[in-house]
Amino acid sequence: MLTDDFDPMKGEMLQIMDEDGNVDSSLMPKLSKDLLLKAYRNMLLTRLADDKAVKLQRQGRLGAYPPSKGQEASQLGPAMALNDNDWLVWAFREMGALLWKGVPLQTQYLYWMGNELGNVYPNGVHVTPSVVPVGSQVPHAVGIAYASKLRGEKDVTLAYFGDGATSEGDFHEGLNFAGVFRTANVFVCQNNQFAISTRRNKQSASATLAQKAVAYGFPGILVDGNDVLAMYAATKEAVDRARNGEGPTLIESYTYRLSDHTTSDDWRKYRSKEEVAEWERKDPLKRFRSYLVAQNMIKDDEPLMKELTDIVERAAAEAEAVPAPTRSDAFVHTYAEMPPYLRGQMGGGGK
Amino acid sequence: MMMNMVQAINSALSMEMERDPSVVVLGEDVGVDGGVFRLTDGLIDKFGEARVIDTPLAEAGIAGVAIGMALNGLRPVAEIQFMGFSYLTLNQMINHAARMRNRTRGRLTVPMVLRMPYGAGVKALEHHSESTEALYAQIPGLKVVVPSTPLEAKGLLTSSIRDPDPVIFLEPTRSYRMLKEEVPDGEYLVPLGKARTVQEGDDVTVIGWGAMIPLIQRAVANVQASVEIIDLRTISPMDSETIVTSVKRTGRAVVVHEAPRSFGVGAEIASRIYEGAILKLEAPVERVTAPDITVPLPKGEDHYYVNEQMIRDGIERTLRF
Repeated sequence: MLTDDFDPMKGEMLQIMDEDGNVDSSLMPKLSKDLLLKAYRNMLLTRLADDKAVKLQRQGRLGAYPPSKGQEASQLGPAMALNDNDWLVWAFREMGALLWKGVPLQTQYLYWMGNELGNVYPNGVHVTPSVVPVGSQVPHAVGIAYASKLRGEKDVTLAYFGDGATSEGDFHEGLNFAGVFRTANVFVCQNNQFAISTRRNKQSASATLAQKAVAYGFPGILVDGNDVLAMYAATKEAVDRARNGEGPTLIESYTYRLSDHTTSDDWRKYRSKEEVAEWERKDPLKRFRSYLVAQNMIKDDEPLMKELTDIVERAAAEAEAVPAPTRSDAFVHTYAEMPPYLRGQMGGGGK
Repeated sequence: MMMNMVQAINSALSMEMERDPSVVVLGEDVGVDGGVFRLTDGLIDKFGEARVIDTPLAEAGIAGVAIGMALNGLRPVAEIQFMGFSYLTLNQMINHAARMRNRTRGRLTVPMVLRMPYGAGVKALEHHSESTEALYAQIPGLKVVVPSTPLEAKGLLTSSIRDPDPVIFLEPTRSYRMLKEEVPDGEYLVPLGKARTVQEGDDVTVIGWGAMIPLIQRAVANVQASVEIIDLRTISPMDSETIVTSVKRTGRAVVVHEAPRSFGVGAEIASRIYEGAILKLEAPVERVTAPDITVPLPKGEDHYYVNEQMIRDGIERTLRF
């Protein structure tokens, strides 16, 4: 078990693919060429779509947006380990995971453009909507998993959150409940080193965030979050264990946010260009590409880039073409049935 | 069968768990112990510990886990031991339970009940006597329901469990064992969002809910005037219609609540009366409430709690205006 071999209490971190794309074949998970190429496509699409979202925001065509750049592997690896029926509970910086799970790009753009229709995912896509109050989605994941367990279903529920969330009570309560209930949960902490401007060392005195799992009575593992193969392998093991009724796992994805917290801040205020450049070198996308090139699985990105750029442009255009909510849209979903006084307010009567 | 409110609530929970396998009960000490007020007594023996869940001691966790359960097809009924501890659930209830339907345009919903005892009058410890229904009532998407008798408790809780939206269900602590009345053993429903006319009258309308209803009934027993009593039952969404129709006829209204006066539900009721019946009013809407102070410890409780005389005085003031 990887959780036995990599002890977060000793600061051991799982890495399968190094910064140059060299792979430790003894740890290499079973992934077909098709799946590897699909993963690369997802990460590249996320990078391009993310860049487009920032541009749209700068042009006033999209609201405040939390960029994913640098965290594509951290997002995608866990999602790849899920079955279609498994639940994905996200925070707000998981675009690639959502794309993998079947939430269309135009739907995601629509949400960030400020339309609730962007939370309406296709039928059968087991993904909850974004959660802005940090960490408060963690207990939801436990309740979702409890419901599956009660019905005797084998579905696993995976929750994402950031390093900042580990300071919130909801993180503690959620993991504590999961430990007691032994629910089929996988908790993925995307430790991107910053909660807006606050550094990881100001967030917790724990040497690693993964080691917090020990206190809840289940395994934790520290993983190189810029290594999509390691993120997949660690999550796959956790998902299998959860599905077999062996309880939850906490995965700390050790990664780095290469861009701003959201389009509303400026990272130059709280970190140096040198530090960011250092992490640019560990870019998860470049690293994975080097591996795939060495394996002769890809050569020239040009045709793929062109195809994905078209997809991104089309998604943005489709999202922009969706009309703003009507007054009725804003009222009718407050309750299953609208109270008479609310109908009055909707009509402008003010009663 | 003759039941007190504790038995009536237990009966509603038991019947709904019997009827619908997706109903689960969770909270601190709700299983083996049957709850601190014994509301869930015996349920664990009937339905097992997977459906009657003793949770860790964490109110936000209870609410958050219940939300997750509801998102995935269950109908959780979560118990908070006292209303004074429910504030830890506010982030979950306000930011998630209340808005899930709207923000997903109905794709995901949270059909859950958050039950808790509320109110003063039982000489309890600190933080055990609060009546902060207005906190919840201001949140669009939440329903706030308060039963006043055992029969009402059974019917309103059954409807709350079946309701497609999240319900805050407030149980008047001091009414738990105050009286017994005939409550059907079988299914009994009282619709949410409909107030009840407890007693008809022509001179003044007195509006209350929960523990205030029996207090109002006793207070007006010797009053000369013809008093109409309305039990609001559902604080939100509020049944303005029943109140306004009554006040249009009586021309006078007294609102009684055990919460502090300012920014209370009484202000909202008064406002709706002014909006709907101003030209029929013979007097300003009278509010009989607790003062705007912290709930005293039991020795000083009388400085806080609404009593029969205060209600009679309120009625008197509005009649003499």
